[in-house]
Amino acid sequence: MLEVSGLRVSYGQSEVIHGVDLSVKRNETVAVMGRNGMGKTTLFKTLIGILKGGAGSVKLDGQELVGLPSHARVAAGLAYVPQGRMIFPTLTVMENIQAGLETARTKAVPDEIFSLFPVLHEMRHRKGGNLSGGQQQQLAIARALVSDPKVLLLDEPTEGIQPSIIKEIAQTLNEIRRLREITILVSEQVLSFTLDIADRLLVLESGRLVHEVSRAECDADKISRYLSV
Amino acid sequence: MGDFTTEELLAIFAMQGFAGLSLFSVLLLMALGLAIIYGQMRVINMAHGEFMVIGAYTTYFISTLVVSQAPWFLDYYVFIAVPAAFLMAFIVGWIVEAVLIRHLYHRPLDTLLATWGLALIMQQAFRSIFGAREVSVRLPSWLQGSYQPTLMIDIPINGIAIMVLTLFVTAGVAWMMYRSRWGLRVRCTVSNREMSGAVGINTRSVDRLTFAVGCGIAGIAGAAFTTISSTGPTSGALYIVDTFLVVVFGGAGSLLGTMASAFSIAQGQSILEFFISGSMAKVLTLLVVIGILMLRPEGLFASKVRR
Ligand SMILES: Nc1ncnc2c1ncn2[C@@H]1O[C@H](COP(=O)(O)OP(=O)(O)O)[C@@H](O)[C@H]1O
Ligand SMILES: [Mg+2]
Repeated sequence: MLEVSGLRVSYGQSEVIHGVDLSVKRNETVAVMGRNGMGKTTLFKTLIGILKGGAGSVKLDGQELVGLPSHARVAAGLAYVPQGRMIFPTLTVMENIQAGLETARTKAVPDEIFSLFPVLHEMRHRKGGNLSGGQQQQLAIARALVSDPKVLLLDEPTEGIQPSIIKEIAQTLNEIRRLREITILVSEQVLSFTLDIADRLLVLESGRLVHEVSRAECDADKISRYLSV
Repeated sequence: MGDFTTEELLAIFAMQGFAGLSLFSVLLLMALGLAIIYGQMRVINMAHGEFMVIGAYTTYFISTLVVSQAPWFLDYYVFIAVPAAFLMAFIVGWIVEAVLIRHLYHRPLDTLLATWGLALIMQQAFRSIFGAREVSVRLPSWLQGSYQPTLMIDIPINGIAIMVLTLFVTAGVAWMMYRSRWGLRVRCTVSNREMSGAVGINTRSVDRLTFAVGCGIAGIAGAAFTTISSTGPTSGALYIVDTFLVVVFGGAGSLLGTMASAFSIAQGQSILEFFISGSMAKVLTLLVVIGILMLRPEGLFASKVRR
């Protein structure tokens, strides 16, 4: 489904991603684990096309995405939930979700979204900026889902969110996987959350993938060592 | 002011106040277009006044055509002229964005210079096509004359018409901004351009449409302008400074602020102009605006939502 090969990304002169190869299969959820500053966000921003340039190839269902602007990648089937959520604070919850319908065939918000996120229905007339962190995270996921993506990119969805809400988000993601075909690439530092949702774990260290393991064979202590300083 | 009776003073205030409302209308339309463009792509369009003039000349062209070819249509041509003024300015704006502005995003100083150069080119083009002399349109008979609520007060009909037009356009813009798909795209892009792209919005094409719409609204201002004043190649330059003033004073990005600021600047100038000379009135308005901006650098109505 998603094939990344030989990806290199730099900020000016300094290279941050040094040749990453990864592939995510249809309906698979893969987690990229790594401490702060290891390059997770840089990788995700490059995949969605916010960061341009860099070398390598990113293929979605066989279609080359490198060189395409973000909106064309979304049209091709990518959706992105950024670190820090980045909802539109001045727009209402409803308008935030509608913004995600840009590439969808119908411009009506599907009912399914509100049954996944009932709190968003309650809050639909509120400004996005006035929601709590957890609610904003749900909004960002809803906004990404309405485009009916093939591949969902989630960059540190648990950052700055209460443990009870983290559990809820994990449940919702699994619910989404039951409801529709979707491939998920998620970056994380929280191991328990990752083990709740991922089929396979990768470890990113200083811009290189250094470890790969399926959830079944995952040795929690070993991953934790990568995640501690 | 000692030489006037109270009654005379009231009449003067009412009439100058109304003259101020026509100026307010034109300024508001101009400022709307300028603010929409600035909000969307941080481009300060120095040629905005010239887009107004495009609208004015379009109206003039249609009126002369009607006078010579179809005089019976004279009473109705304004209903064609206003949309035509919008359309002409819209089309030219579209082309200008595609040919010039698009290449200068992220370079604010260059857009300033480039649009200023464009203003000069457009002024010269007007001079070559329509001549250096000012022209005026034949107003339909129903727009001439005035309404006299009392013996001393005398309100011109065309002023009322411009206000009604402005009301419709402003309401239309507000509706488009808050209810249409284009408006949603614009508000997303203004809020976060990168993220708008990442939810699938083609921000470049939103830019082009928005620039063209902003220019089109200036075109409507131009059509309104022809009913209160004559049009020359440099008429736009006379309005652009006041328009900038309105936008800065109102706090860019706030529709309410733009309206309040257009109102106070137009009224201030118009009422003062009766008692002191026009240029003194301008200086005084400018001083007051600068004074208030020193106290409130964000403008009258800064947005209150957290970012
Ligand atoms: N805009 C930027 N300019 C220069 N360097 C950056 C920029 N953003 C991130 N970096 C650097 O790139 C590296 C990876 O950062 P990032 O992708 O944000 O990591 P992570 O998301 O894993 O915390 C860090 O060393 C960081 O300092
Ligand atoms: Mg990060």
